[in-house]
Amino acid sequence: MNWVVFAILALLALTAVTVARLRQLWAAVMFTGIYSFLSASWMMILDAPDVAFTEAAVGAGISTVLMLSTLALTGEQEQPTKRSPLVPLLVVTITGGALIYGTLDMPHYGDPNAIVHLHPDPSFVERSLEDMHGLPNVVTALLASYRGYDTLGETTVVLTAGIAVLLILRRDEMERPAIASRAKRRKRKASA
Amino acid sequence: MIKFPIIRVITKLLIPYILLFAFYVQFHGDYGPGGGFQAGVIFASGLILYGLVFGLDAIKRVAPPIVIEKLMALGVLVYAGTGFATMLLGGNFLDYDVLEHSFNHQYLPGGQHLGIFVVEVGVGITVTSVMTMIFYAFASRSRFV
Repeated sequence: MNWVVFAILALLALTAVTVARLRQLWAAVMFTGIYSFLSASWMMILDAPDVAFTEAAVGAGISTVLMLSTLALTGEQEQPTKRSPLVPLLVVTITGGALIYGTLDMPHYGDPNAIVHLHPDPSFVERSLEDMHGLPNVVTALLASYRGYDTLGETTVVLTAGIAVLLILRRDEMERPAIASRAKRRKRKASA
Repeated sequence: MIKFPIIRVITKLLIPYILLFAFYVQFHGDYGPGGGFQAGVIFASGLILYGLVFGLDAIKRVAPPIVIEKLMALGVLVYAGTGFATMLLGGNFLDYDVLEHSFNHQYLPGGQHLGIFVVEVGVGITVTSVMTMIFYAFASRSRFV
């Protein structure tokens, strides 16, 4: 399994660098889709299939479509920047160094004595089967039952995000005649 | 609408399975990996795929925006309503234990199982409709679809 892990991680890094270097935005969007797909595969290896589902559907599917439809409205070429890349490079290096320093304290992958497996209450895992009357999926039990309030909040956040997008983007009936007349004016100007 | 016959045929073949998989992830989420959030985005991506290939008008006939708009709020209502139902039955907010033997338990699962099931359905409805609605908002602005 080891070489699959290394291959996926190497491809992830390669894709990230490619996205950063590309100036053609269509290609960059496609590469972010590939990046999401690779992350989904990586999460499958880490035994988190539900996160992998979400990453594949949202990251590789829906958000790619949304980015592409945004590009259809804007341009497909990134403006070349004139500023020197030194300061961003410094910032990225320092941030990356801090993140790597942060990983030094982290427990090994799958360590049963890791804090996350001990701290809140290991008995969640032990009690779940009895509390849930034989429902085997501890993740669902935690999300929907033990932390039901939390998930209610998350669902409300999704609703709020949807409402916000609608308020910003929706072209309602009031606005449509204005846009049509603007397009007509532009056409008249072009033909004149 | 896309003219390429291969894309149209393959999409028509794939969409039922995408939607079926979404239902599987939704209703099997208590036993296997999955749940409302995952099922919601998978279902929405099936709808969005239909919209991409067959056009915005076609998808708006299948899932009218005015209905999707209401469903966005309905999901949260189902979730919070479960909480209030448990309060009315004498428990705490979202305390599913009081659902045990409250309903027709020959046909419905009881207690925690029923609570989790209903709550996940609520999450699924909200996530599906919000994702679809965001797609409508983007697509009706651009000439992309």
